[in-house]
Amino acid sequence: MLEIGLSHYLTVAAILFTLGLFGIFLNRKNVIIILMSIELMLLAVNINLVAFSAHLNDLMGQIFAMFILTVAAAEAAIGLAILVVYYRNRGSIAVEDINVMKG
Amino acid sequence: MIIQALAFYLFAFVAVAAGLLVIASRNPVHSVLFLILAFFNSAGLFILLGAEFLAMILVIVYVGAVAVLFLFVVMMLDINFIELRSGVLQYLPVGALVGFILLAELIVVAGSWVVVPEAALIAAAPIPPIDQVTNTEAIGRLIYTKYIYLFQASGLVLLVAMIGAIVLTLRSRADVRRQKISDQLARRPGDAIEVVKVTTGSGI
Repeated sequence: MLEIGLSHYLTVAAILFTLGLFGIFLNRKNVIIILMSIELMLLAVNINLVAFSAHLNDLMGQIFAMFILTVAAAEAAIGLAILVVYYRNRGSIAVEDINVMKG
Repeated sequence: MIIQALAFYLFAFVAVAAGLLVIASRNPVHSVLFLILAFFNSAGLFILLGAEFLAMILVIVYVGAVAVLFLFVVMMLDINFIELRSGVLQYLPVGALVGFILLAELIVVAGSWVVVPEAALIAAAPIPPIDQVTNTEAIGRLIYTKYIYLFQASGLVLLVAMIGAIVLTLRSRADVRRQKISDQLARRPGDAIEVVKVTTGSGI
């Protein structure tokens, strides 16, 4: 119990990933919370990568986690920009209305 | 050893609790603040794992940029968030079902994980001893040599994201009159002044 190993970190990451997925189901009307849930899932993936990097004594995992961080930042910026434009055009951010966004 | 274990349990518990509150809190501003808390505690977990550079990057990039971006958007949009939460109980059972199945699968995989002892020997980039090369220097030596193209490509991804966000949100409104300095500077006397010859008694 006091010896912290790989499986402890994997469990924390699994719980965080599940929370992210659960958040997408729970807040199906609010796009902002869905984007935050996606950030939580990406964070869980990063914890997995860094845990394996430390366990296998391989620096590749940390470098890969850094690239994931880059993509997550880009994704958040683009997603929020789309959200702002959508709100400006329609006056709401309800997910049910977004399916009319064609072409 | 016991301090490390205590620190791990503290960081892990607070991170998971903050993650739960991100998806459960009624006010999205509170959600963003709990997201920041989760990121801080994950940075603590990274430090425990020996990845100091990534921990600091996590704090700078996520807390300093992404979370503040979320905060801006939440506060900028005038949305009735109470109404958006109305269907929560409707989706709770299926969400809980999918979540528990996924969690059980992940914990089964994580619990029965076996690493072959030779795995550490075939590492693509072994971590050098920490008393000789620091974590930041080791990462720098790797990304500026072996993975330079990937590093540049990730910079390009950020550039494209930045330009994309600007292009998406920039708008020129027709109902607002603004000073256009380029138009003012491009004016020539020939465009602005017209010389009219007026004959007496006829007007223009």
